[in-house]
Amino acid sequence: MEVKENRVSAPDLSVSLSGVRLKNPVIPASGCFGYGYGMTEYYDINVLGSISFKGTTLHPRFGNPLPRVAECVSGLINSVGLQNPGIDEVVSVELPKMREAFHGPIIANISGFSVDEYRECCRRIEGEEQVAIIELNVSCPNVHGGGMSFGTCPDSVAEVVRAVKEVTTLPVYVKLSPNVTDIVSIARAAEDAGADGLCLINTLLGMRIDLKTRKPVVANVMGGFSGQAVFPVALRMVYQVSQACGIPVIGCGGVTTAEDVLEMMMAGARAVEVGTANLINPWACRDIIDSLPEAMARYGIESLASLHD
Amino acid sequence: MKRMHRSNDTKFVVTDNRWIGKNTMMMMVEGPTDEFSAPGQFVNIAIPGFTLRRPISVCDIEGDTLTIVYDVVGHGTEALSKMVPGDLLDILPALGNGFDMSRCGERPVLLGGGVGCPPIYSLAKNMIAADILPTVVLGFNSDDRMIMIEQFENLDIPFYVATVDGSYGTKGYVTDVIRQEALNPDCFYACGPLPMLRALCSQLDIPGQVSLEARMACGFGVCMCCSLETKNGPKRICKDGPVFDKENLIWK
Repeated sequence: MEVKENRVSAPDLSVSLSGVRLKNPVIPASGCFGYGYGMTEYYDINVLGSISFKGTTLHPRFGNPLPRVAECVSGLINSVGLQNPGIDEVVSVELPKMREAFHGPIIANISGFSVDEYRECCRRIEGEEQVAIIELNVSCPNVHGGGMSFGTCPDSVAEVVRAVKEVTTLPVYVKLSPNVTDIVSIARAAEDAGADGLCLINTLLGMRIDLKTRKPVVANVMGGFSGQAVFPVALRMVYQVSQACGIPVIGCGGVTTAEDVLEMMMAGARAVEVGTANLINPWACRDIIDSLPEAMARYGIESLASLHD
Repeated sequence: MKRMHRSNDTKFVVTDNRWIGKNTMMMMVEGPTDEFSAPGQFVNIAIPGFTLRRPISVCDIEGDTLTIVYDVVGHGTEALSKMVPGDLLDILPALGNGFDMSRCGERPVLLGGGVGCPPIYSLAKNMIAADILPTVVLGFNSDDRMIMIEQFENLDIPFYVATVDGSYGTKGYVTDVIRQEALNPDCFYACGPLPMLRALCSQLDIPGQVSLEARMACGFGVCMCCSLETKNGPKRICKDGPVFDKENLIWK
């Protein structure tokens, strides 16, 4: 191993997701980092392992009415409603700006309200430089399935995965919703249908009421609960799914510190997404990466990859 | 390109925090203020024990002292009201676009409503420094809700106050002052409650810039919690705003 002069050798932070090498496991989660380039006002985002960009649908969406956010103890509820400019503008406008600011592998977060929409989005992003992984957000309602979220039914998750695999050569990861009775059965359905990996968890369905107005705080009544409070739930699900499935898992949910990253990886995650923490501390991901070596030393971890040997 | 924001190691020190109205406090903090580029920008303050930062507009900048004015409306601002000199605050400074003075006319009128008055103070000061003579009109519900009257008077510019109940100044709204005093402005800048901004945008047939607010999560443009539909497509109040040209706004 190469040791630079006058320097303690840095621990190996690199990880691999389906053959895609990340220089470290820290990935800003979709919807919490835009397309990355806006964050260059805060730090050089090239320190990041990867970036999962804002969830994209086939057509532009304004999303839900305001207010879209409610504060909670150690977390928050959001109901943005997948606001995005649509896949074509993402490919022609946002991705070029993103690539100018970030030179690492990009995770394309794709949403859809029908199987065809997922397939079409993936087809249109195929071949885009730096886009290394497709991440399917299956938490949106299926308009052909009575409005029930794709992610709550093993068969519809499998159907989306199979459809997408037909049109893309990229590794396909499914971002699982925690709002299900048995996350393992959904994870297995995704794996059996050919998914290359999984990412979990998406937000937990939650709600707050304003005592003064006696009405829900967010206009959409309910929204996705995220932040430090959900970490134990996320960790438990990452553990269960990692035990049950053979494909790599990206851990996501409440990760805020380097210790959280190590804990997620000990539960089985190969990489980690950081979401809400970015909204409170714009430097969150950089801070986590900076403190990983020290945290690893404290717990006797020489390389992150060794956690899964 | 905009300069890079300083790292999160930087903290601001509270130097003053006092009541200036029935429900309103003025806080002064000391720290690096060099990132600010325009009046009307805001800060996002982390309050210990609360998940979300609180976005608050900037009232004044003098050297390395930053003044903010806020209404105590909930648990977060209540906690902020209990901060004392010497306390440290984690503040994201210089957020949003701020008012554009480069497109100011000859006879600008600056309008503030309630807790929307503080950024108008900063704008007036900056205009005076740039040799522009603004007229300021402030509106409040009643005289017991008035704030910063003396500070505005000390600017020594044409200055009017309206109260809805007539307990001080002109009875009515800021639009009534413009009419009754025949101010005849050629552009306006405003910050205040939505009904006031809507009235100004529909009644004043001159270019205007208005500062909007919304519940925010990040305050720096990535979460999309404060999106606004405009004539130029969706915009983020925190990042593309909070100041918008009247011409681009859609009133529903």
